[in-house]
Amino acid sequence: MSLACEFRLARGDFALDARMTLPERGVTALFGRSGSGKTTLLRCLAGLERAEGWLTVNGCRWQDDERFLPVHRRPLGYVFQEASLFPHLRVRDNLRYGYRRVPVARRRVDFDETVRLLGVEALLERYPQALSGGQRQRVAIARALLASPRLLLMDEPMASLDATSKAEILPYLERLHDHLEIPVVYVSHALDEVARLADHMVLLEAGRVLATGPLHELLTRSDLPLAHADNAAAVLEAQVLDYDAGRQLVTLGCGDVRLRVSREQAPSSQRLRLSIRASDVAISLSQARDSSVLNCLPVRIAEIDDDPHPGHRLVRLALGDQALLARIPREAVERLALVPGMAVHAQVRARALT
Amino acid sequence: MTWLGIGEADWIALQLTFRLALISTALLLVLCLPLAWWLAHTQRRIKVVIEALVALPLVLPPTVIGFYLLILLGPRGAVGGTLERLGASHLAFTFTGLVIGSMIYSLPFVVQPLQNAFQAMGRRPLEVAATLRAGPWDRLVSVVLPLSRQGLLTAAVLSFAHTLGEFGVLLMIGGGIPGQTQVASIAIYSHVEGMDYASAHRLSLFLIVTAFVMLVCIYALNKRFKIVGVAP
Repeated sequence: MSLACEFRLARGDFALDARMTLPERGVTALFGRSGSGKTTLLRCLAGLERAEGWLTVNGCRWQDDERFLPVHRRPLGYVFQEASLFPHLRVRDNLRYGYRRVPVARRRVDFDETVRLLGVEALLERYPQALSGGQRQRVAIARALLASPRLLLMDEPMASLDATSKAEILPYLERLHDHLEIPVVYVSHALDEVARLADHMVLLEAGRVLATGPLHELLTRSDLPLAHADNAAAVLEAQVLDYDAGRQLVTLGCGDVRLRVSREQAPSSQRLRLSIRASDVAISLSQARDSSVLNCLPVRIAEIDDDPHPGHRLVRLALGDQALLARIPREAVERLALVPGMAVHAQVRARALT
Repeated sequence: MTWLGIGEADWIALQLTFRLALISTALLLVLCLPLAWWLAHTQRRIKVVIEALVALPLVLPPTVIGFYLLILLGPRGAVGGTLERLGASHLAFTFTGLVIGSMIYSLPFVVQPLQNAFQAMGRRPLEVAATLRAGPWDRLVSVVLPLSRQGLLTAAVLSFAHTLGEFGVLLMIGGGIPGQTQVASIAIYSHVEGMDYASAHRLSLFLIVTAFVMLVCIYALNKRFKIVGVAP
């Protein structure tokens, strides 16, 4: 399974001109400000919008100059920003809507299993009006999955939810991330959401693709706006090595590096995703053993760049083959005479994302 | 045969009236679905012209519509004349003529509720259905019709009721021939003209009661529909 496309579309003063190739597995985030064309691009992939260009999915041409496969013939799942459940059908019939339209031989998902995966067993006999926002969105996701898609498209499925519903639905999305064998394209403008869910990223600006690549790479690239954002953060994928229940401390391995994160309960999976904010990283020249910070990692300065706050500089640190960002006062950069290439220690406060 | 004091000729007029109302309503619903859908979603500028044309029967005196229809459908009119040349007969003073007349007269009462229903529904439910593998006809049956059933019901009731009450158009185009084109409203008029107030009363009262009972049934049905959980 792979997806490659090129789309051009002009609408008023907005123009989409995007070309991209997506990996076979995992979650790809289409990320950008509102108005950058994320949703339009997603709708082009689904065939809900008719742009000029071409689209190949899994070796099949869905669209080119001669062909345009209609939406209902494309084996995809689409989750809209508002759950958009059919108000005249019970949850069960909403779920079965796509399911029973797929020929039995081509069904790749089990009804009961999917219902359980999204935790909607208890809602089957209800009408959509009787559901909370988070429940509706879970039903919408289950409904999309039950149509046995080969590609799942999600348009900011959490944007219209309040914080409580978001917190309720995130674990389900993460479960999907681990379970699904199909590629997922996930539109979002919330960096924290993307950091938790995505593996790859397509960065959009004013209808154009600014960059594509693995999430951790794009987050820390100093030529892209993400590293300069106020909430700039690096994401590390780490292996759970040990949990000290008494101290509530997880020990993680990330390449050769050992990291420790405090956590109230033992991690449920073998892998944890860590987020390390640029503002949570300090630099010292020697390994500070008298500091309260849990992690003191040997790193090398890769780059020193301007920061939107003139009193600070943005330092990119190489940690094995991964990267961290540090937002350091300008005065400290001068006092410690930090220059690219220098070996230093990073004092890091990491947050477990999952 | 006399029943409820209503004579046989009047029963035929009543039967004709209900048959006319039923047929025109059914045909109008089928024809107005695509038209209302187009009006609800088109961005074309010609839309306002079509909307004005559809609303025209609301403002014109029924006699004006009836008069031009009579000319058009009559033996020397564009439609009637063509039919004659093809070996068929023209449509003035026929039941078919009545159907055409009442359809044109009731057009706005069907198009407007449907258009409103389609506009309120928006495109989203259809997009969702398409991403769930439903083809165009499937979407019409499984999504559009159920979601706009309130509009459909309103359109059907209005069209039916409007045809029951129609007089001017039907008199012009049908001529009020007893047994053929004389509907109840025209029968009442001719009773009054002939000073037969008793027959006029009986026919009128019958219409009032049936219309009332029908409306009560429909509104009760409508209420039940809402309870089953149609979109707010």
